[in-house]
Amino acid sequence: MADPIIEIDEPEVPSVDPVEQATATLKEKFPELSDDSRPNYTGIMVPPEKLLEVAKTLKDELGFEYLSSVTGVDLIDDGKMEVVYHTYNLDAGGGAVVLKTQVDRDQPDVPSLTPMWPGADFQEREAFDLLGINFPGHPDLRRILMWDGFEGHPLRKDWREAFYEQDNKPFKSRWPEGHVFRAEERTAFGKNVKYPAGWLPEGLDNDTDEEIYSGMTVSRPKSKTDIRTDIVTVNIGPQHPSTHGVFRMVVTLDGETVIDLKPVMGYLHRNHEKIGERNTFLQNIPYTDRLDYISSMGNNQGYVMAIEKLLGVTPPERAEWIRILMVELTRICNHLWSIGFLINDLGAFQTPMLYLTIERELILDLFEATAGSRMMCNYMRFGGLAYDLPPAVRGQETMAFLTELVYERLPKILDELDIYLTGNEIIRERCVGIGIMTREEAIAYSACGPMLRGSGVNYDVRKQDPYSYYEHLDFDIPVRQGGDVFDRYMIRVEEMHQSLKICRQVLPYLKQTAGAPILEGDPQYNIRVPQGGDAYGRVENPKGELGYYVTAKPKGTNPERYHIRAPSFINLTPLGLMSKTDKVADLVVILGSIDIVLGETDR
Amino acid sequence: MYGFGFVKGLTTTIKHFIGTYTDEFNWAGKGGRYYNDEALKVRQSLKTEGAITVMYPEEKLEMPERFRFVPFLIMDDPAPGQKAGKDWCTSCGICAKVCPPQCIWIERGKKPNGRPKPEPEGFYIDIDICMNCGYCSEYCPFDAIKMDHDYEMASYDRSASHIHDKERLSKPISYWRAIAPGRAADEERRRVEAAEAKNKKKAARGR
Ligand code: SF4
Ligand code: SF4
Repeated sequence: MADPIIEIDEPEVPSVDPVEQATATLKEKFPELSDDSRPNYTGIMVPPEKLLEVAKTLKDELGFEYLSSVTGVDLIDDGKMEVVYHTYNLDAGGGAVVLKTQVDRDQPDVPSLTPMWPGADFQEREAFDLLGINFPGHPDLRRILMWDGFEGHPLRKDWREAFYEQDNKPFKSRWPEGHVFRAEERTAFGKNVKYPAGWLPEGLDNDTDEEIYSGMTVSRPKSKTDIRTDIVTVNIGPQHPSTHGVFRMVVTLDGETVIDLKPVMGYLHRNHEKIGERNTFLQNIPYTDRLDYISSMGNNQGYVMAIEKLLGVTPPERAEWIRILMVELTRICNHLWSIGFLINDLGAFQTPMLYLTIERELILDLFEATAGSRMMCNYMRFGGLAYDLPPAVRGQETMAFLTELVYERLPKILDELDIYLTGNEIIRERCVGIGIMTREEAIAYSACGPMLRGSGVNYDVRKQDPYSYYEHLDFDIPVRQGGDVFDRYMIRVEEMHQSLKICRQVLPYLKQTAGAPILEGDPQYNIRVPQGGDAYGRVENPKGELGYYVTAKPKGTNPERYHIRAPSFINLTPLGLMSKTDKVADLVVILGSIDIVLGETDR
Repeated sequence: MYGFGFVKGLTTTIKHFIGTYTDEFNWAGKGGRYYNDEALKVRQSLKTEGAITVMYPEEKLEMPERFRFVPFLIMDDPAPGQKAGKDWCTSCGICAKVCPPQCIWIERGKKPNGRPKPEPEGFYIDIDICMNCGYCSEYCPFDAIKMDHDYEMASYDRSASHIHDKERLSKPISYWRAIAPGRAADEERRRVEAAEAKNKKKAARGR
C-alpha cells in the first residue's frame, strides 16, 4: 500500500480508559460479575437478580448515565434468552460498558430498567414483542411493532414466517433446478382476494385498542367558573400527512392542550431483523438502505463497520475519504429534507421544502452517478466500496462538480436558508419555547443526535468515539441549551455548515488518492466470518446514533443476531414528554423536529 | 419588525419565479427552455436557476452509466436472420446465490448424458421482488448479467408480465455497449487481459 498521506498524530492516551476503570470498579464491588467468556464476545455478565443494582452503580456512581441500546438475543442452543445493554459515559466519551444478562428461555424474566432509564421503555417493549422477554417492573409492557393479538414472537429462532423456505439464504430451490414460483401461490389464500369459507384470522377478536387507551381518560373538571372544555381522546394518524408516514398518536386533549400522548407504530414493520438473520452478511447491505431511506449511505456505513470488526479488515485510505464525503453529503441531504418538512408542518406548505429539495436533488445526482441509485445507494462493501467516484456527474468532471457543489452552490443555499428562514418571525413564534426537553430528560430518555445536542449535551459519536478518519478532521459539534424545536432546527442548520467544512477538507485527499484502491482484497460474494463473536458498529447518522449489534458463529455465513439501534425509533420515546402542555397544533411541529423516518422506526 | 421576515421570505419565491422566466428569455431563439436537450442539461446541472422541472415524458434525463434497474442477460449479437445470439451466461449460479431477495431462478442446462452443461436452460427474474441492488451484475464472473436503464415498465397486469424469462431478459451486447460505453469498454479490456494472462501461463507450462 502507498504511504499514508495524512500524518497520524499519536492520540493522547488518557491515563485510564473510562470503560476499563468502570469495569474494574464494578467487578470489585460485585464479585458475582464475570466477563463474557465466549470467544470474541465482549461484555460483563450480570446475574439478573443483580442487574438493577449494577445498573444503578454504573449510572449514579460511574457516570455511565446514557443507556443507548437494549438488545434481546435468543440463544436457543443454550436454552437461554439474553439481554444486552450498551451504556455510555457522555462526558468522558469512548466506548460502551456492555452489560449482558441471561435468563431461562422458558421463563425469561429480566427486571425492567425503565423506571431508572425511561429511554429503555420502547426498547424493552420491542424485546417483549419480538422475543417474548418479560420485563417485570415495566409500567406499560405491551406489543409495540406487531399488533395486539398477534400470536408468537417472531424473532425467536424457532418462529417461522408464512413463506418460510429455509433458515438461511441462498435457497436451494433457485439453482440449479430453478422452477419459478410466486410466494403467494404457495399460501392458502392464493392471490389474497378470496378467503376460504370459515376463515378468520386467529386472534381477531382480541385485536382491540383497549390497552392503548387505558390510563388515558381523565375526568372532566367540576368547577363551574372554568370555561367548560371537554377532555377528549383523539387519534392523529396513522394516515395523516404530518405524521411523516404511517404513524399514529393517541392524544388526550383538554380543549386544545395536550395532556397525554402515546405513540403507536409498527404499521411499516417487516421484521427487518429476521430478514437480516436469514440473509448472508453481504445481502444485508441493500436492506440497510431501506431503514432510514433518506440517509442510506450512513446506514451502509454503520453496518459494514460492524461486520468489518468481525472480519478484521480495514478499508483502504481512499475508501475512507469517499465514505466520509458521501456520509457528510447525506447529512446535508437529510437536514435539508427535515427542515423543509418542519417548515411544511408549520404551515408554509411545500414552497420552501421544494426549494430545499432542489439542492438535495443535486447531491443525489452525485450518488446516482457513483452508486447507481439516488436513494437506495447500496454503496459500501466490507473493506471498502463498490465503485470509485465516476468520471463525471451530469456531464461535469467529478472533482469539478464536487468543488462547485461544496464551495459555491451549497454555501449559497445555506446562507439563503439562514436569511429567509431563521430570522422569520413566524418560525420563531412557532418554534421557540415549544416542545421543551431538558438536558436531564434528554439523557434519561436516550435521545440522540440533534435532539440530544439541542438540549445542551455535547455528544456526537464522530467526536466522542471517533471512527473512520474523523479524528483527523477539524469540525465542531454545535450544541444549544434551549431544548426546544427552534434549537433543534438551529442545530441542523449549523451541522450542515460543519458538514460542508468536512467535505472541503476531504476534497484534497480525494485528489491525492485518485486511482488508489477502494477495496481491501478482491470483491467476494461468499463472505464468512472466520472466528465468529459479537460486534457493535455505531455511527452518527443525521438522525442520531445508529448502531448495529451483530453476532455470528465461527465460519458463519449469516448473522445469528442482527439488531439495530434505530435513532428514529428511540427518539420517539420522549415525544409524550415534550408535547405535554403544548397545543395540538404544535404537536405536529414537535414531531417534525424529531425528524423520524418510518422505515427505520418500524423496521 | 413584525412581518419583515415574511416579506423577505416572499422575495425568495419571487426570485425563483423570475429566475425561471429570465432563463426562458435566455433560451429564446436557442431552441427554448423546454424540450431542448441543451437547455435540459444546464437546467439539471449545478448552474440551474429557477424551476428545475423535467417535462417528462417528452423530456427525459440521461441515465448515468452505473444507473441500475432490473437486470438483463447479455448475449452475442444475433447473426443476420437469427433472433438470438449465444448466451454469455454459464449458469454458474452465483447471481442466484448472491441475490438478496432471492428473485433469480436458474435451470441449469443438461447434456444428453445428464451431466451439467454451462448454459442456462431457463432463467427467470421476478421483477416485482427484485430490489435493484445490482449484486447479480457486480458478482457475475462472466459479465453475463447487467443492470438495464429501461425504467418504463408499467403494466396493467402484474401476474402476466412481471416474471421475466430468458427470452425477455436477453439483450445483445451491442445494447450494453450503447447504454454504458465506458463500462463495457473497461470490461472488454479486463477480459482481454485475463485471457492474455491465461495464454501466457499455458505457454509457459507448455514449454
Ligand atoms: S452469475 Fe453470470 S454466468 Fe453465473 S449464472 Fe448468473 S448470469 Fe450466469
Ligand atoms: S438486482 Fe439484486 S435483487 Fe435484482 S436480481 Fe439482481 S441481485 Fe437480485
